[in-house]
Amino acid sequence: MSEHIVSSKIYYTIWIILLVLTIVTAQVAKINLGPFNPILALVIATTKALLVVLFFMHVKYTSEKLTKMVIVSALFWLLLLLFLSLADYTTRGIGHA
Amino acid sequence: MATTAITAEREHYLNTDYGIRSWLLTTDHKRIALLYLVTITLFFFIGGFFALLIRLELLTPAGDLVQADTYNKLFTMHGQVMIFFFLIPSIPAVLGNFLIPMMVGAKDLAFPRINLLSWYLLVVAGILMLHCIITGGVDSGWTFYTPFSTAFSNTKVIEAGVAIFIAGFSSILTGLNFVVTIHRMRAPGLTWSRLPLFVWAHYATSIIQLLGTPVLAITLLLVVFERAFNLGIFDPTRGGDPLLFQHLFWFYSHPAVYIMILPSMGVVAEIIPCFSRKRIFGYSAVAMSSIAIAVFGFLVWAHHMFVAGISLYSAMIFSILSYLVAVPSAIKVFNWTATMYKGSIHFNTPMLYAMGFIGLFTMGGLTGLFLAALGIDVHVTDTYFVIAHFHYIMVGGAVMGYLGGLHFWWPKISGRMYPEWLGKFAALTVFLGFNLTFFPQFILGYLGMPRRYWQYPAEFQVLNVFSTAGSTILAVGYVLPMIYFLWSMRYGKVADANPWGAAGLEWKTSSPPPTSNFEEVPEVTWEAYNYDEIPAPEEVPVG
Amino acid sequence: MADSPLTIEHEEGLQHQFVDVEQQRNAVSLGMWLFLATEIMFFGGMFCAYLVYRYWYYNEFAAGSRSLDLTWGTLNTAVLICSSLTVALGVRAAQLGKRKLLIVLLVLTLLFGLTFLGIKGIEWYAKYTEHHIPGASFDASDLIKDYPQIPIDPAHEQIYFSLYFAMTGLHALHMIIGVGIFSFILFYAWKGRYTPAYHTPVEISGLYWHFVDIVWIYLFPLLYLIDRRPLR
Repeated sequence: MSEHIVSSKIYYTIWIILLVLTIVTAQVAKINLGPFNPILALVIATTKALLVVLFFMHVKYTSEKLTKMVIVSALFWLLLLLFLSLADYTTRGIGHA
Repeated sequence: MATTAITAEREHYLNTDYGIRSWLLTTDHKRIALLYLVTITLFFFIGGFFALLIRLELLTPAGDLVQADTYNKLFTMHGQVMIFFFLIPSIPAVLGNFLIPMMVGAKDLAFPRINLLSWYLLVVAGILMLHCIITGGVDSGWTFYTPFSTAFSNTKVIEAGVAIFIAGFSSILTGLNFVVTIHRMRAPGLTWSRLPLFVWAHYATSIIQLLGTPVLAITLLLVVFERAFNLGIFDPTRGGDPLLFQHLFWFYSHPAVYIMILPSMGVVAEIIPCFSRKRIFGYSAVAMSSIAIAVFGFLVWAHHMFVAGISLYSAMIFSILSYLVAVPSAIKVFNWTATMYKGSIHFNTPMLYAMGFIGLFTMGGLTGLFLAALGIDVHVTDTYFVIAHFHYIMVGGAVMGYLGGLHFWWPKISGRMYPEWLGKFAALTVFLGFNLTFFPQFILGYLGMPRRYWQYPAEFQVLNVFSTAGSTILAVGYVLPMIYFLWSMRYGKVADANPWGAAGLEWKTSSPPPTSNFEEVPEVTWEAYNYDEIPAPEEVPVG
Repeated sequence: MADSPLTIEHEEGLQHQFVDVEQQRNAVSLGMWLFLATEIMFFGGMFCAYLVYRYWYYNEFAAGSRSLDLTWGTLNTAVLICSSLTVALGVRAAQLGKRKLLIVLLVLTLLFGLTFLGIKGIEWYAKYTEHHIPGASFDASDLIKDYPQIPIDPAHEQIYFSLYFAMTGLHALHMIIGVGIFSFILFYAWKGRYTPAYHTPVEISGLYWHFVDIVWIYLFPLLYLIDRRPLR
């Protein structure tokens, strides 16, 4: 864990951005963007998550490569579960099963 | 240098403190390993008891020993106890716990109290499971398939599910402890490429435990909720998908089989070089193949679902991936064999188990490829072919590796030698009994005998009789080591620090080791398996 | 080469298996990150179930999502974000040895956490009065009535709400555990245990809290924002 001490100004800035993004995502959901509604919602959520991980959880300031590897691996495994399962569900209707 | 000093005079981890509290509240990884040894041995015999009842029923084609419902409970309990309370903990919790800190040159694991917690979680889970068994058991199969387990079974599904949920956390915490220890607590000079392959194998195992077990946990939780609150998540009459359960279940349970085999492979990788007096052939390949197995093992789970109703396209994907996952295992087998080539082979008991492992694991693994082929799988899935396949790997592989490891490190653990001739005899008994039990099952499965049936057509009886006969021989082979290990603790020949002339940091400290493992923190300047520098012991230990 | 000295200077909180405080901090930090990785997979299983059934039963999921109170949901999201701020500032206070500031921030964090749980309770109670809790008294007829143009199967609707309660319930359980952990941290902070040299428990508890926040950051759009477009 890095002993780099982050300035409180950065924390407050991130906090404001997160609050703004929250309001944005709630309001944008009311606008009809067709298939982009869920995509945009997830993009905003991921942006917020990234901000929390990088700044609040100090990942941006750590010199530990292992930490980043753990995070990336966990996300990779999660996506594995989701996508390989969906590979079954999205191809079930095709031809003869 | 250490002579065969009388161990009673020297302080080590066994005699440093006496009394129940010093064991139940210990944080010494070596004592915790022994606590685990006792626990899982108990469960091994419980699971084995169910196996014997199964084999007894299958002596005759008619269902004449137990009712059909009872038979369902027998194979369910056999599976659950053996998998979650014996195989999954076995090598990591006993040998891994004992050896990994020593192999990396540390005083203990990274989190000793969490290590103790892991054991207590397994004990609590085990008590719950025993209670479940005694008060009626479960009949859903160890696989808990829905909607039978959630809506139709009249047995204690929730209790069993909770027990396994708790046992899962025991497994997760062990994996967490190992990964942190291996990353952060290696002695000076001990680079990754100098680590014993036993450590690499446990590192890979721990990754699987960390990333896979939580999915089992949430799946069992959903089953418990569904059953308790009558939800419809897995109920097809209410829009639920039973296959969703299977996807989530097998996402863990397939990698789980690699949790069960990888540590065994690590044991074999230690035994073979020692008793061939040769460096391991292809160190990097063996190390990387462990990681490859851990990763690829997560990509193949739906091969358990080929006939369950998944789409043909996903079946094809999973079939190809299942072929790929065999490659790293094959790499290991080639490297172990190449290690033995032109080595100076000593047929001590651990070596007999290791050699048996290679042969039986190869057979089990190759039959997995048969099952990975969609066309063949349609005919042999849910038959005794599958049962033979996984028992060749789990028993012919994992259990033999476990026994080989116990024998190999017994001098280190107890400070005593087991009787070598008895060890060899038991190993051969196990090998013989195992093959007699399970080889006929390949044939039975191919001929069409379904699994989980308590009756069968008369034409299958001869092979079933062979199988049952073999199981009794196998049982003898398993009971013998229990007896002579216990015997050796009092009457066995006192062992010195390195009776096998083996490489590895654990052999540089006394047998049994002191509580803090080493008198001085070692600094490693040599490569692993430096058997060209280590002389063979003058006298090969004989019982 | 490290000696094993006969007398070890007892550094604050250094456990015997570690060589120095730096190794301990690195090990503990890695341990917490690995634990969070397991939590990602734990929640991940339910995200998988959610995705499958959203794919199959989009209409029911949309209707169920609409029946959630967007104001409470947005407010709760903001509450958690505020709590993450106070946690991050708290860790900073510990790094700087500012005990009083740390205590204030920890108290604020706990207040935010309890507020989140309180609002969650309000939302669940609303679901209770609307008969949207899965089980014997489940009744989706108000949704069918309110959205006649969307075909809704009550059984499929119940799946949405089963997942809603399972996911928010598991999340709330993690919040409760987080509140428990931070209560301990507050207690030890008040006793003066944390210094610039040793405040690892504050750091790793913070990591856990931020993770629980991130889970909610995803739960919010997935559960509340499936379809908020104006109905024609």
